[in-house]
Amino acid sequence: MDITELTVHELQQKLKNKELTAVQIVKAYIDRINEKEPKVDAFITLQLEEALKKAEEIDSKIANGEDISSLAGIPIGIKDNICTKGVKTTCASKMLENFIAPYDATVMEKINAEEIIDLGKLNMDEFAMGSSTEYSYFKKTKNPWDLTRIPGGSSGGPAAAVAANLVPWALGTDTGGSIRQPAAVCGVVGLKPTYGLVSRYGVVAFASSLDQVGTFTKDVEDCAKLLNVIAGRDEKDTTSVDVGKKDYTQSLGKEIKGLKIGVPKEFYGEGINQEVKNAILNAMEEYKKLGAEVEEFSLDVAELSLATYYIIACAEASSNLGRYDGIRYGYRTKNYNNVRELMKNSRSEGFGEEVKRRIILGTYVLSSGYYDAYYKKAQQVRTLVNNKFNEAFKKYDVLLTPTSPTTAFKLGEKSTNPLEMYLSDICTVSVNIAGLPGISIPCGVDSKGLPIGMQLIGNKFSEETILKVAYAYEKQTKFRENYKPTFKEGV
Amino acid sequence: MARDDYEIVIGLEVHAELSTKTKIFCNCKTAFGARPNTQICPVCTAMPGALPVLNEKVVEYAVKAGLATNCEIERNSKNDRKNYFYPDTPKAYQISQYDKPLCIGGNIEIETSNGTKKIGITRIHIEDDAGKLNHDDLGGGSLVDLNRAGVPLIEIVSEPDMRSSEEADKYLKKLKSILEYIEVSDCKMEEGSLRADVNVSVRKKGEKAFGQRTEMKNMNSFRSIVRAIDYEAQRQIDVIEAGRKISQETLRWDEVSGKTFSMRDKENAEDYRYFPDPDLVAIKLSEEYIQNVKNSLPELPESRKKRYLEQYNLSEKDAKIITSSKYLSDLFEKAGEISGNIKAVGNWIISDISRILNETEQDPISIPFDAKQLAELVMLIDKGTISSSIGKKVLEELFENPRSPEEIIKEKGWIQISDEGAIKEIVLKILEANPQSIADFKAGKDRAIGFLVGQAMKETKGKANPQMLNKMFLEELNK
Repeated sequence: MDITELTVHELQQKLKNKELTAVQIVKAYIDRINEKEPKVDAFITLQLEEALKKAEEIDSKIANGEDISSLAGIPIGIKDNICTKGVKTTCASKMLENFIAPYDATVMEKINAEEIIDLGKLNMDEFAMGSSTEYSYFKKTKNPWDLTRIPGGSSGGPAAAVAANLVPWALGTDTGGSIRQPAAVCGVVGLKPTYGLVSRYGVVAFASSLDQVGTFTKDVEDCAKLLNVIAGRDEKDTTSVDVGKKDYTQSLGKEIKGLKIGVPKEFYGEGINQEVKNAILNAMEEYKKLGAEVEEFSLDVAELSLATYYIIACAEASSNLGRYDGIRYGYRTKNYNNVRELMKNSRSEGFGEEVKRRIILGTYVLSSGYYDAYYKKAQQVRTLVNNKFNEAFKKYDVLLTPTSPTTAFKLGEKSTNPLEMYLSDICTVSVNIAGLPGISIPCGVDSKGLPIGMQLIGNKFSEETILKVAYAYEKQTKFRENYKPTFKEGV
Repeated sequence: MARDDYEIVIGLEVHAELSTKTKIFCNCKTAFGARPNTQICPVCTAMPGALPVLNEKVVEYAVKAGLATNCEIERNSKNDRKNYFYPDTPKAYQISQYDKPLCIGGNIEIETSNGTKKIGITRIHIEDDAGKLNHDDLGGGSLVDLNRAGVPLIEIVSEPDMRSSEEADKYLKKLKSILEYIEVSDCKMEEGSLRADVNVSVRKKGEKAFGQRTEMKNMNSFRSIVRAIDYEAQRQIDVIEAGRKISQETLRWDEVSGKTFSMRDKENAEDYRYFPDPDLVAIKLSEEYIQNVKNSLPELPESRKKRYLEQYNLSEKDAKIITSSKYLSDLFEKAGEISGNIKAVGNWIISDISRILNETEQDPISIPFDAKQLAELVMLIDKGTISSSIGKKVLEELFENPRSPEEIIKEKGWIQISDEGAIKEIVLKILEANPQSIADFKAGKDRAIGFLVGQAMKETKGKANPQMLNKMFLEELNK
């Protein structure tokens, strides 16, 4: 038995039946990391010794018959923009290369309360800005399905780590597609919850009105389980919402007969790869077989959202990233004669190109004289996008779209062409703009054997519905049983 | 210089630190004077990922200030970010309010030498204070203290309604008094908890359009503000008279030289890139909430003054002096109650206490003694234990080194001489030394008695009972 092949719900069963110990599980992952991490480069910081120690503690608690969480002893990986007390939290930036978080993010407090074991911090695009993880200051993470290709981004580390069985599941963040797009190109399940369902406290802000913590898992059941852990109103985040305690596994396996699935045709038109389109058409057929009513319709939000997204996200980022000034923590230049130069040079030297590009763009759109034309207009379009989605959800229970316009592209292919890189988000950003939940699940592979993802979008706080719909498809198509990453170079 | 042709136009932006126990966006304490960086947390030091949570008390205090200055309260308000880089501003933005402040359109009344005048309040909004830079003489660098970062402020913006430094002074004093009355700020100017940005422009009398204004930032003394306005107005007049133009700039007032200096001109003006703070939800206030805050407002100076006129028969002028400060007014009522002689307490406050405060340029709030001690002083005089002239000395002693007046007079040996034998001895001694006064008295000059009593007081260093002296001198002279 390969322990690292197991899902979390399978591991839980084996822990419960005493077929496995926490130490055995953690050791299996350490072995796997030792073997595959040099090829994948998913981690920025590893915490393997600490993890093993925690596993021993949990095993002794089990041996003593203590009452512990059913998830105690399950490993996890954490995207490196989520604050972990006493552990480096770098955001894959030179700016925070040596920053040790003095506190835990609320989601980490929840993870720790369940005694889930953190194996380490995962790679990403610097400050979560990018779609390929190539903008990490430290390393380029490779796609386990083809090591010459990108793992998507910005949560490329978490996606690749779950795909390569380096962790059974992981936490990521999604501002414009940063969970769903890497999940799609790495062939795993990625959920971005409704804005406000999960606390952002301790999650390094990129764009506050769009950021949301979400999950990477091997399957939909694990996704529901991890959402159970992290969801909930947090008084430290006033934008978080109280929707009551829910068990998101409850809806799994329920029938989807008669459920209405809308397929917005604008989401798989021009610019979407033909093989991706075909996979979506096949998925539509699968859903029909499962008894759902599937219908194409027009939802003209994708392009509007992309433009709106880059204005709002950059505007908020330009302000959120102001605090990295070399004064209190983080990178400080050696080259300064006064405090202005200290701040300016620390920022010029500490941030990478893409981050600087977005700060400049954001500063521009908020400048006096331009605010109305850009930021204010973008907020108006945001309202428009919201309204269009509201209309759509009057007719449909969920929407089905591709997650990414293409499968994984080659490393270096787009990293010098920001506009083309931005188009990677075309199918996902509108979901953030409207604050909706979206899940990406694998729906086949292309002719090169690279995974294709499809996205299910729900109305606000309808995670149960999209999980149920995703689960039904997964049970029907059994992607994980049919396809596995090859760790080859070039396919 | 044709000063009389010109009119000065003044607008004030007053920043008052609110006296909430905790900061505006986190639970850190706001106490003044703590060791540097001991009242900080991830939120007020702007650690990555930290988020603000609005302190509800701050909203309540700002609404109180708005209601006490006759403002409209906005039912739908929000927080906006004001972006700028400075080492004392950890987030690189201040969370302020841009286009939807909590309070708008109020006014307060001031008494000027030309009668009562209403000064308009444009708006009152809430925001967080910055930290402090302490310049390190040893290392040559600067040290950042973030204890003050996140202390709540209200900014009270006036209309450009003031026409002289006197009016600006009166407005500030009235505003300070109101904020003290409603107990939202301790208004300690020396600790920087009340400070003002002063906008000044001049124009030819009769002109409708405002002249180009300049702004003097962060002023924290009434006296400097008056001096700075007078200086700056004259400077502007001189510039205009010389045929040049006033440029829009931010100035720094230098107390020592008594001049203003340019800090920043229009070209270098900051673009603050205001936008709604996405980390905070909109502030929505219900009618019920506003009514509750209204009901919780304490008695304001105007109505207290009215009450004093009726209840204690004070003169308009005296009532005004006492109610000008909540601290004085509270002292008056408390000491009056303890001593049972509120009239006498009032007299002390109006005359000697006010005089000493003026001479030493102190705020009433810095009066070192309490109501009990003042009451004791009044009672000692009423009982005849000390004379009122000794009372004045006791008061001075109370300002110097506050303790029980009883203790003071014992320690200083100031107890009044009321023993008949002792008084008689003094009277005889003084009469013997002043035959001319006896002659004057006999010749019908009653004033001579006053002179003799004065001599006797001098002889006893003010300790003799003056009523007894008076009586006994008369007896002796009429013998």
